[in-house]
Amino acid sequence: MQCSGRILAQSRGWSQLRLSDEVLTTLSAVNGWVLGAVLVLSGVAGILLVVHLIRDRVVEDGMFVLLGVIELVLIGQLVAGCVALAQTDRDVSGALFVSYLIGNLCALPIGAFWSLAERNRAGTAVLLLAVLTVAALEVRLDAIWAGAV
Amino acid sequence: MSEFGTRESGALAVGWGRALVFAYGVFAVAATGRSVLQVSTEFDKAPLAYSLSLLAAAVYLVATTSLLLGGVTGWRVAAVAVSVELLGVLSVGALSYAATALFPDKTVWSHFGQGYGFLPLVLPFAGLAWLRHTRP
Repeated sequence: MQCSGRILAQSRGWSQLRLSDEVLTTLSAVNGWVLGAVLVLSGVAGILLVVHLIRDRVVEDGMFVLLGVIELVLIGQLVAGCVALAQTDRDVSGALFVSYLIGNLCALPIGAFWSLAERNRAGTAVLLLAVLTVAALEVRLDAIWAGAV
Repeated sequence: MSEFGTRESGALAVGWGRALVFAYGVFAVAATGRSVLQVSTEFDKAPLAYSLSLLAAAVYLVATTSLLLGGVTGWRVAAVAVSVELLGVLSVGALSYAATALFPDKTVWSHFGQGYGFLPLVLPFAGLAWLRHTRP
């Protein structure tokens, strides 16, 4: 209560500018961590899937749990990304950015569903393609945020 | 109508075809999104490149759909689409190196799909191999 009162009281002065800067810095740090987390997790999933492919082992529940964890991080990224986009005054192509955030959410569920009918190497390959898609979209997302596209 | 989706004989989206269809689907979505955005927002910047992007998107969409539907007709349409795709990626790839001025911005196929990990170059060969394997 006291805190929000202070912020309100200062909101007309220079401190509001500093506050929004702080929020922005925190958010881009969060986005950096999310990006790293998605890349590391999808890297681990990718390696595991390649091992499964080579050894011709059917993917089991543990792998789907890992893919579910990646999906949860991606949902968090959608929220954090939209907030960061609303806050930033950088020249980021908004529609492109959000469409990549949403597109990235679709790859794993569709891939997992699509792989279920083929419980063999081909199904594992579908999952690998889905994970690679997520990693590729993630890299592009970072480039779009940096304003390169 | 009935020859579409005859699962016993003509299905193309089974076995390794399932992975192939997924890859084509990803490219269909990616190329469609990209080209629609390019053509609708900045067509004048690179008319040739963006028209080719749109063509690539259409080819990927047709290939994905016909592989999904299967049957003799699906196989034939897929064969045409994948052949056009191969021709496209080879000619646009070569042209983007030879005539840089024509391509102020990239397409899916420029530099043989370099921006997409050269998958656009691999995909038509995988598609043709699969279609050869599933010849009706």
